[in-house]
Amino acid sequence: MKIGIPRALAYFAYYPFINTFFEKLGMEVVVSDPTSKEVIDAGVEDAVTDACVPVKLFHGHVKNLMGRVDYIFVPRLVRVNSEATFCPKFLGLPDMLVCSIDNLTNMLEVRIEIIKGKRQLFLKCLEVARRFNKNFFMTWKAYRQALRSFESHIMQFLQGGIPPLGILSQDKSSDIKLGVVGYPYLLYDSYVSLDLIKKLIGMGAYVVTPEMVPEEIKKRYAGKLRKMLFWTFSNSVLRTAFHFLETGCVDGIIHVTAFGCGPDFIVDKVIELEAKERKMPFLTITLDEHTGQEGINTRLEAFVDMLRRRKRKEAVI
Amino acid sequence: MRKVSFPYLGNAIITFKKLMNAFGNEVVLPKRPTEETLSLGTKYAPEFACLPFKIVLGTYIEALESGADTLVSTGGVGPCRAGLYTTLHEKILKSLGYDFEMITLEPPGRHLRELISSIKKLVNRRLTFADYYRIGRFVWKELQLLDKAEKLSHKVRPLEVKKGETTRVYKRCTELIAQAKSYKDLEEIEREIELLFEKIEKKDYDPLKIGIVGEIYVVIEPAANLEIEEMLGDLGVYAERSMFLASYTFYNAIMDLFRMPGERDVKKLAAPYFKEMCGGHGRESVGNAILFAKRGFDGVIQLSPFTCIPEIVAKSILPKVCAKYDIGFLPVTLDEQTGKEGLRTRVEAFVDLLAAKRRKKHKIVKGDVAYGTLLGN
Ligand code: SF4
Ligand code: SF4
Repeated sequence: MKIGIPRALAYFAYYPFINTFFEKLGMEVVVSDPTSKEVIDAGVEDAVTDACVPVKLFHGHVKNLMGRVDYIFVPRLVRVNSEATFCPKFLGLPDMLVCSIDNLTNMLEVRIEIIKGKRQLFLKCLEVARRFNKNFFMTWKAYRQALRSFESHIMQFLQGGIPPLGILSQDKSSDIKLGVVGYPYLLYDSYVSLDLIKKLIGMGAYVVTPEMVPEEIKKRYAGKLRKMLFWTFSNSVLRTAFHFLETGCVDGIIHVTAFGCGPDFIVDKVIELEAKERKMPFLTITLDEHTGQEGINTRLEAFVDMLRRRKRKEAVI
Repeated sequence: MRKVSFPYLGNAIITFKKLMNAFGNEVVLPKRPTEETLSLGTKYAPEFACLPFKIVLGTYIEALESGADTLVSTGGVGPCRAGLYTTLHEKILKSLGYDFEMITLEPPGRHLRELISSIKKLVNRRLTFADYYRIGRFVWKELQLLDKAEKLSHKVRPLEVKKGETTRVYKRCTELIAQAKSYKDLEEIEREIELLFEKIEKKDYDPLKIGIVGEIYVVIEPAANLEIEEMLGDLGVYAERSMFLASYTFYNAIMDLFRMPGERDVKKLAAPYFKEMCGGHGRESVGNAILFAKRGFDGVIQLSPFTCIPEIVAKSILPKVCAKYDIGFLPVTLDEQTGKEGLRTRVEAFVDLLAAKRRKKHKIVKGDVAYGTLLGN
């Protein structure tokens, strides 16, 4: 039994769990090819024209899997906590796919709404496993292992690594610390993000992403931003940004956003205004299916240079 | 005295003004959004903000310039963006240096206590329980009347013999309603409205019928949708929209209280295609399109602001649904660059297409066995 997993959207946030779970259930896991021009073009062809880039990409990755697997795993992520749901496009994802892609008949749609913690997650796993006639014990074992691999993935983040990009650790003595906020499916897809994070690290910066900030710290800003309850990933981005702004633990913030993203116009403007108030250097990078390498490089370099100059000046004073 | 202003939302401002006055506030009436309003909004809003966000921002700036010191926002204008939508408006305006208080009326379901405290801030006069009842009854009736006048105008416009008469009568109706002071006035006006529309000379034919679905603000506010309904009426098409203010206020407020958002049957119809309720009115758009199809409409137009998330989801589902129910479909995306002429051309083409489709259908029916003549023509 071959199960296909599109390398897009939720994948980047939860892949250690998803991959391990299906593998340990004894299935052959086929992850779609890393994003490439072909994948993007395939997605653009079928998705509604004004969809955001990540959703178009998801279409492309699904098409990349079609014909070579038995099932294509498409999660309908509703919520993973009680405070917020995901962006409406996550909620409507399977519905969009069925209507936009012809002959998509082998979709394994799994609705994920988890409010009551791990127990509910396990029940969901059981439900999925039952579809493939896997017994309770096998599922339990797969679930435990999946959980473990997810936890170690989180640990790696907290220790300064960025596992989806293959970065195991960063140089703690870097002179510049940069907060890079954005949704995981943008930041960690090196093709769409034009390898921005690696570039920044290459310029000698220490990069901190939302996943690298512990949940407990982000939670602290939840109360403060009560009026700003939003969608799950947006919350995480906003709270991380506030953490950076309030503690001043980074030298500058870069917000990476996708062209056509609905919630981000708000997220971006809020961070921009707050950063201005606190005189924190801030840069927005908007990615679309044909953002050029050169433009981005010069902007990133200019930003990092500016931060260095600023730092030197401060040091003199 | 507070000088209150609020977003412009069709004729509802007539009622809202009276409500605010009755609560003991002065009102700075928002102006009908013009191109200037939009360009003001566009200038200060983020580039990718949706059209309603920009228009409302522009309206606020104009109101603050004319001396308002309190802005009332209904969370309902941007349902999918809930609290943040208003927060961001406030932040942007404050960063422009305006001094004012922002009061948000959140839907009562989750924020009943906040809603009450917001309302308290707006009530600046002693009111008895009977007063509240009187005001509430009046406001509700007036909203219904406004909807009624508008519905009638859409029904009559495609049939009118003298071009422009309906628009004139409709204007007259809103003026009448604006003058109403008591519940009794409203009852009289209701009869008069019916009479006025009755008197319009009408042709006798069955016009093409087009249903309008989409995001609430652009569906309800003609200034945001380039007066598409009037455009359709002038083309001799009967246009009906899926959402009206009174019903919206009702569902938003009351149903929310019982945690039953949205209309039941509409939701049920959309369920097979749109399995998840996802904020905004995406699901309603699909459900209403099916409803229109079942009622024998010829086509559906979906109005969605650029980057509007729920409507994008709906847009990817609607073509298939409309094809299945054999009803024409035209998606219209609105942003600050959408021009009226361009829209008119697209709408005209769409109407031609529907007319041709209808003629074809009739021919088949005539030559069909059902008519008892296999020879047909
Ligand atoms: S959050 Fe933005 S980028 Fe992500 S799916 Fe929603 S609209 Fe697209
Ligand atoms: S429903 Fe659409 S148009 Fe309305 S606020 Fe949300 S994104 Fe904007």
